[in-house]
Amino acid sequence: MNVFKPFRLAVLATAIAVGAMLPAKADEQFFPLQSYRVGPYAAGGTGFFGGFIDYLNLINIRDGGVNGVKLTWDEGETQYEVERGVEVYERLKNHPGVAAWNPLSVGIAYAMIDRITKDKVPLITINHGRTDSTDGRVFPYVFPLLLNPYSETSGIVNYIATREGGPDKLKGKKIVVLYHGSPYGKETIPIYKLLADKYGFDLEQIEVPHPGNEQQSQWLSIRRAKADYVVLRGWGVMNPVALKTAQKVGFPVDHIIGNVWSNSEEDVIPAGDAAKGYVAITTQASGAEYPVLQEVIKTVYGAGKGNLDDKKRIGSVYHNLGIVNGILNVEAIRIAQAKFGHRTLTGDEVRWGFEHLQLDPARVEALGAKDLFHSINVTWDNHEGDGRVTFQQWDGAKWKVVSDWIAPDWAFLRPIIEKSSAAYAAEHNIKIRTSDDTPVSQ
Amino acid sequence: MSTPSLSINANWLTRSRVGVAVLLVIAYGVIPFTGSEYLLDAILTPFLALALAAVGLNVLTGYAGQVSLGSAAFLAVGAYAAYNFNLRIPELPFLVSLVLAGIVAAAVGLVFGLPSLRLRGFYLAVSTLAAQFFVQWALTKFGWFSNDNPSGVIDAPTLTIGGVQISGAARRYVFSVTIVLIATFLTVRLLAAQSGRNFIAVRDHEIAAKVIGVPLLRTKLLAFGVSSFLIGVAGVLWAFAYLRTVEPAGFNLDRSFQILFIIIIGGLASIRGSFLGAAFIVVFPLLLSRVGAALLGNVFDSGVLEMSQRIVIGGLIVGLLIAEPRGLIALVDRLSARILPKLRRPAPQPISPQNYHSQKGVI
Repeated sequence: MNVFKPFRLAVLATAIAVGAMLPAKADEQFFPLQSYRVGPYAAGGTGFFGGFIDYLNLINIRDGGVNGVKLTWDEGETQYEVERGVEVYERLKNHPGVAAWNPLSVGIAYAMIDRITKDKVPLITINHGRTDSTDGRVFPYVFPLLLNPYSETSGIVNYIATREGGPDKLKGKKIVVLYHGSPYGKETIPIYKLLADKYGFDLEQIEVPHPGNEQQSQWLSIRRAKADYVVLRGWGVMNPVALKTAQKVGFPVDHIIGNVWSNSEEDVIPAGDAAKGYVAITTQASGAEYPVLQEVIKTVYGAGKGNLDDKKRIGSVYHNLGIVNGILNVEAIRIAQAKFGHRTLTGDEVRWGFEHLQLDPARVEALGAKDLFHSINVTWDNHEGDGRVTFQQWDGAKWKVVSDWIAPDWAFLRPIIEKSSAAYAAEHNIKIRTSDDTPVSQ
Repeated sequence: MSTPSLSINANWLTRSRVGVAVLLVIAYGVIPFTGSEYLLDAILTPFLALALAAVGLNVLTGYAGQVSLGSAAFLAVGAYAAYNFNLRIPELPFLVSLVLAGIVAAAVGLVFGLPSLRLRGFYLAVSTLAAQFFVQWALTKFGWFSNDNPSGVIDAPTLTIGGVQISGAARRYVFSVTIVLIATFLTVRLLAAQSGRNFIAVRDHEIAAKVIGVPLLRTKLLAFGVSSFLIGVAGVLWAFAYLRTVEPAGFNLDRSFQILFIIIIGGLASIRGSFLGAAFIVVFPLLLSRVGAALLGNVFDSGVLEMSQRIVIGGLIVGLLIAEPRGLIALVDRLSARILPKLRRPAPQPISPQNYHSQKGVI
């Protein structure tokens, strides 16, 4: 009688069990999701990650993945806190086939730049992020897709100019920027100053400490300053509180312009009628009438696999942003697959895909997203991709688009971005890439 | 690498010394070679930084009896001071910046320690809140501290010590563990000396301490200074070895409470308790979330799981403190007394009000 026999059996059983648990060796592309469904910013997190997951599900169910490569994902809760985001990063980074990271948090994104560059995996910060990471020559793996904070600022100022009847009418106007006291909120302080100098408007920038549920003193300052426009650069609970406080101090709501993180249903509905007439910038329209959303409703929610608990939120601003983010990630993989083959790609290959992510309006229409977003044109040195913006007004029940697709003043912004990225490159001893083909070295 | 606690004398083979030696062998000989990057970078490094901060707060609150809610502020002072020394005087070796950062934190701590001469208990706790709010405000308000980075975030540069780059999870871990061990060892020595007895005297009965000739002003300020120094150094580890990026909002009141809870849960006036408490606070939520996700991940989304974990952790803390008000360390001591009765020196006496305080002074 062998005394080790039971032991051997146990080992064998474990081995079989582990073997059975491993998936069959199909090609998979993995999305680690640093989501936040808890905490002060849960509304943004559930909508965005819900939309993202819904779109990945649509691709899996309808198309069987991207050219047969299944999309998989795993969620780690961050509560929008940097150290939790870092923990999730360390936990999920060794999963095979990581495609890209989408943290939807400036703080977490900043903490990840070194890490993802070392690990050679793209970091997507759609509509936010570190502005100078637009410069792909210095930040090969970081992609502030569609709209970086400077472009957003320029878009808002251009819009105010059209409301006033031309850029020359901005002279002498008083614009107050009310910003969230976080890395995200502060990102645009210098660019507003530059634009104020350029157009000659008076500028005052006022901080609202995180999370922003008390703003009486800030709005009294705005009253005292006799502001013509207030740009609301808010996030989460700060936005409805701002709108309500504005009503209390008697500031006209249609002269408050919301930025791209103050533009959702979750920002205006809690403010009730104080939000009626409020205008905000967006890169993606809201509503569920677009073909891609109809398919999500039919295919994903029809199969009971929808991610949003509250189906009324389908087609809301954050949900649609998640869908657009899904489209951009999936198309980057598809473009990279065309070059590298229909298989699980490495992070560096997906980076190549993002650097060739060019979706013209015709391709956007083919994807069922006409009018949902305009187009994108990412290149190796422009990681933002020249996204267009539009402005929407809240009518008390839904957002109504009130402008065309507006192009920010990219030519004016690019030298500022390059100056900042050059400083970063010098500080971190990064060799600036000179062409598409330069191997990325760190 | 100095392992100073292994000085040889007649009875060096006591249980605690053997324990320390085993820990050192594991910390230096095993973990850096076998630990995964996740274990080193996401668990052990933050654990070490928080444990050192807890040791610092324990000196002040556990030993000297001065309650403070400003720990996160001193973490921030340490982190930003080291960043600025490193940035503005590049010739300075990093270890010098680290010590200077601790000294700056100690100086700030002394200023905010002054009210302790007049205030006690809750009143002092509220006045230390001033440190918490003032430091965060100053770091946000004045761009100079973050080198005028528009978003207020600083990127910690790669550490270099004596020409060796501290890059990679294992090196960062060894660096942190070394700093924490040295700082802890010095703290233990300080507490075993006259100044440590003065701390306990002041905590147990201020007037009595004054009567027997303990200098109150010096003792209290020493406690604030040493405590802030340690927390400041912990802040450097947090910023440079762990996150490698810092924003002022990361050092908010929640962090101060977290450190206070570490020492309450771990055990007041116990260095080992600080480590146990930090381990509990860092590791346990992660463990619970992993187990929760593995078991119920398909049933509930991560938000629901996260919420239920908070309830579980809250319940456990309440239960633990009812069962063992003196913290995890007392629990561990009781267990080890049961398991290792022969190796052990005289078993701890049951706690009675008469010997309660002297028990709490045990390191």
